[in-house]
Amino acid sequence: MILIQLFLSFFKIGCFSFGGGYAAMPLIQEQVIRTHHWMSMNTFADLVTIAEMTPGPIAVNAATFVGTQTAGISGAIAATLGCVLPSCIFVSVLAFIYTRYRKLSLLQHTLAGLRPAVVAMIAKAGVTILISAFFIEGIPAVHQVSARMILYFAAALFLLRKVKMNPVLVMGLCGVCEMVFYAAQTHLGP
Amino acid sequence: MDQTKRQKLKKLFLSTLYLSTFTFGGGYVIVTLLKNRFVDQYHWIDEEEMLDMAAIAQASPGAVAVNGAITVGYRICGIPGLIMAVLGAVIPPLVILSAVSLCYTAFISNPYVSAMLNGMRSGIGAVITSVVYDMGKNVVNTGDILNMAVMILSFCASYFFNVSTIVIIIAAASASMLRAVLSARGGKEA
Repeated sequence: MILIQLFLSFFKIGCFSFGGGYAAMPLIQEQVIRTHHWMSMNTFADLVTIAEMTPGPIAVNAATFVGTQTAGISGAIAATLGCVLPSCIFVSVLAFIYTRYRKLSLLQHTLAGLRPAVVAMIAKAGVTILISAFFIEGIPAVHQVSARMILYFAAALFLLRKVKMNPVLVMGLCGVCEMVFYAAQTHLGP
Repeated sequence: MDQTKRQKLKKLFLSTLYLSTFTFGGGYVIVTLLKNRFVDQYHWIDEEEMLDMAAIAQASPGAVAVNGAITVGYRICGIPGLIMAVLGAVIPPLVILSAVSLCYTAFISNPYVSAMLNGMRSGIGAVITSVVYDMGKNVVNTGDILNMAVMILSFCASYFFNVSTIVIIIAAASASMLRAVLSARGGKEA
């Protein structure tokens, strides 16, 4: 049963993530966290981090990760199949239409008009990741806010935008800083 | 199956396997790499056709990297080519993420690892903020009021009213298609 659920969830994700890469993020969040509770928000944030640092698309990475966590290797395979099947179908159909009519302009205009909505969805997923980063235990309340995390965020944004540093390196730096902070706190602290 | 076709399928599988293992940073990079391999090195596809395939890959839902591999595989060897290309594209993330997933469960309880992942969450938050900023700026730069309205409305619907991503994507796509059809009827390009 869990295998069918994994397959169907990732099939939906595969069907509706137009625009590549991050476009799958809000759908994964909705299916995996909100609907099925296969993963916590913090684990999801870790997953996006891991996906960014390893080769392969976020959706396929997420499918494997969630599949393995919930139902082992067979779960990973079921979820991955679900995730790539829509691609196989759509691409074949589009390739057929294209070789027949040599025209995709209506589709391309439709997709161009879809882009603002996709940006908004990615932004929403981004906000939830930031909330899980900034607030201790992921609870958005003033006394739970971690000033250190906001400092990392600001520094990371500066390195990305102004210094044009590689994103993987920037994330690595944030991770190392927090690890050093933790080590210092446990060894030197009261 | 004759010898040359089997040879081609093997080459196709190994190429997508290789590209998928060593491509960090997702979809748009891999289209260029597919072109290098299949147009410039193997001469299986001509340049113009590759551009059309990239358009199809980007117009289809799902990961652009997988879609790109599918279009190329299908074009070169039909359905067996499609299957080989998909396998090549998903096996690396499947193997890597299964391993990561097992390590994650084993190491997440380690306070140093969890501190590092905590810090990296701020980093990935900054990476996504930067991506959203660029994408949002592109939408605003089109100067199209309707596009901006769609972006803001989608965000509000999703963030404040918890409307599902799939519903928003379908609504935005319908509106956008209607607009594309109307403007095509009106005789001017949208």
